[in-house]
Amino acid sequence: MKILVCVKQVPDTEEIKIDPVTGSLIREGVPAILNPLDACALEAAVRLKEAYGGTVTVLSMGPPQAKEALKQCVAVGADEAVLITDRAFKDADTLATSYALSMTARQLDAFDLIVCGKHTLDGETGQVGPQIAEHLDWSQVTHVMDMKVEEGKLLAVREMEEGREVVEAMLPCVVSVTKTLYKPRYPTIKSKLAAGKKEILTLSADEIENLDKERIGMAGSRTKVAKSFTAPTGQAGMIIQEETAEASGRKLAQILLEAKLV
Amino acid sequence: MDKSLYKNIWVYVEQSKGTIEKVSLELLSEARKIADAAGEKLVGLLLGNDINAAAEAVCEMGVDEVIVVEGAEYEPYSTDAYTFAFAQLCKKYKPSVLFLGATDNGKDFAPRLACRLNTGAIADTTELYYNPETKDVEWTKPAFGGNLMATIVCDETRPQIGTIRRGVFKVAPAERKKDVAIIREEIATPEEMIRTLLKEFIAEKATEEMKIEDAEVIVAIGRGVKEQAQTAMFVELANLLGGAVAVTRPLVDNEWYTAKSQIGQSGKMVSPKLYIGCGISGAVQHTAGMCSSDVIVAINTDASAPIFGVADYAVVGDMFEVVPAFIDEIKKSRQ
Ligand SMILES: Cc1cc2nc3c(=O)[nH]c(=O)nc-3n(C[C@H](O)[C@H](O)[C@H](O)COP(=O)(O)OP(=O)(O)OC[C@H]3O[C@@H](n4cnc5c(N)ncnc54)[C@H](O)[C@@H]3O)c2cc1C
Ligand SMILES: Nc1ncnc2c1ncn2[C@@H]1O[C@H](COP(=O)(O)O)[C@@H](O)[C@H]1O
Repeated sequence: MKILVCVKQVPDTEEIKIDPVTGSLIREGVPAILNPLDACALEAAVRLKEAYGGTVTVLSMGPPQAKEALKQCVAVGADEAVLITDRAFKDADTLATSYALSMTARQLDAFDLIVCGKHTLDGETGQVGPQIAEHLDWSQVTHVMDMKVEEGKLLAVREMEEGREVVEAMLPCVVSVTKTLYKPRYPTIKSKLAAGKKEILTLSADEIENLDKERIGMAGSRTKVAKSFTAPTGQAGMIIQEETAEASGRKLAQILLEAKLV
Repeated sequence: MDKSLYKNIWVYVEQSKGTIEKVSLELLSEARKIADAAGEKLVGLLLGNDINAAAEAVCEMGVDEVIVVEGAEYEPYSTDAYTFAFAQLCKKYKPSVLFLGATDNGKDFAPRLACRLNTGAIADTTELYYNPETKDVEWTKPAFGGNLMATIVCDETRPQIGTIRRGVFKVAPAERKKDVAIIREEIATPEEMIRTLLKEFIAEKATEEMKIEDAEVIVAIGRGVKEQAQTAMFVELANLLGGAVAVTRPLVDNEWYTAKSQIGQSGKMVSPKLYIGCGISGAVQHTAGMCSSDVIVAINTDASAPIFGVADYAVVGDMFEVVPAFIDEIKKSRQ
């Protein structure tokens, strides 16, 4: 099985702080990490490779630093790593991102399966996977927590709000993976060293065959961010702080009873 | 693209075996306002098999038109059939906006449909605004782990397609329009086009518990609760008020509760009549999911806790003393 995993390097949102004075996001010093669900996507792909043989390639679109995230993937089981990086890709929405990734996938190999994460920490859209599937005209399964191959078809378990679905999909297929039943593995010192030496194939926009420049980056985007702001913190309401906490509790009850809220 | 050729506000009314998703009703209520602001029709769309009753129910929601597509291939859901049918409908009718609930399946096909129609898709929005000057919908969604809100527009192409999270809007009572029409569209998706097959559905064990998104009163607890045994007090409070217990993420991470009870950015959006937050600091990821509640009460020992910034009633004190006194007072009033 030839598997491609799409991964993105994202800012660690746990580390993001808001400037209390300006109310804007402090991005300096925020570490870049491999998108956590993409680590799950990779683990799922590596398990398929271990079960059925084949190769796992990781692909990312992003700045040159994204190589770090790709090396991390090589250290936990990816065979090949590809970065597409170019100023022309900048400011891409999901449509333009998925177009660039799908054109690269076509050029790299005849893959049987493309695995994405359910969503990224920064954009949080979950749209790139289904849109890659549409660009390639492949089948798709989202919200996948586990999968296997049977009689040339993919059997995927979808984690849904009300339960689990078992879906059979024809290959080639694009799946997007949510938290899986199994945790992403850790690299060993040896695998980390080997990954550090691994050559990462880097392609610019010009090196991707038949890429339509009108369909990438800002030009290829159909949505744009009109504005962004930090979530409003409203005005505090009535403060209840009596002599004792017990008295505060009674007072709260009286207020809510009076307002017919309880 | 000539945007003026595209008219009307569409809401995909998601149903399963005839039961309509609540988020679809929420969207119909909100989209009615947008359709009125734009001076356009509100249209509800239903796909499925044997869905007359559901279509009738949608007629009662203040829509101008209902479009129904029936066929065995639309029940249960499949990505390919839904994308195909919606693409046909959009090409024929040229709607300006398509709203979908951010449900598992809505989020599955909305981006794919947008890609097929070469237009923009916006995911998981929590605020909508129709700009009468640009005639674009302005969609606001949390990003960067809820640290930032981004307002996104699809200003060059149509239809504008987006999913909206559950619980953001309220279902408002509506009057049936006088001559609301049900339009039946014959669209058959060829079998060979459908590349996935639902083999099995394993329902989650049914629980007696109320869903937090449906509760009118929510008692939410956070890391101020140090041991699992301490949760009993809050369960009692919720029962007393006829509500449900919900939690912050740390209480899901430590496996006291499942994700179904989590409020916030990576959990559920709730807007109950009364929200009582106990031992919750009020991180944006949490408040993003509850700030549209009608009345917010917060109990915290720390007077500078951010949750007090969104609270209508800020009780500064130890919740293990506040809550028992509160319960006692309520019980007394009912005697
Ligand atoms: C990408 C991302 C997504 C996230 N999504 C969510 C989400 O969906 N939902 C969510 O909730 N969180 C989410 N989080 C986590 C969030 O950032 C906070 O860490 C979390 O909400 C904090 O939970 P808490 O308020 O219970 O705990 P804490 O922040 O530890 O606050 C505990 C509070 O209890 C008070 N307290 C302690 N003892 C008492 C007492 N006896 N009486 C009264 N008060 C007391 C303390 O003063 C303190 O304010 C997310 C984080 C990230 C990075
Ligand atoms: N720039 C990118 N490079 C590679 N893969 C990406 C990129 N952006 C998104 N993806 C993939 O698409 C998934 C969903 O991303 P998103 O739609 O941004 O939430 C991610 O988990 C990745 O697998």
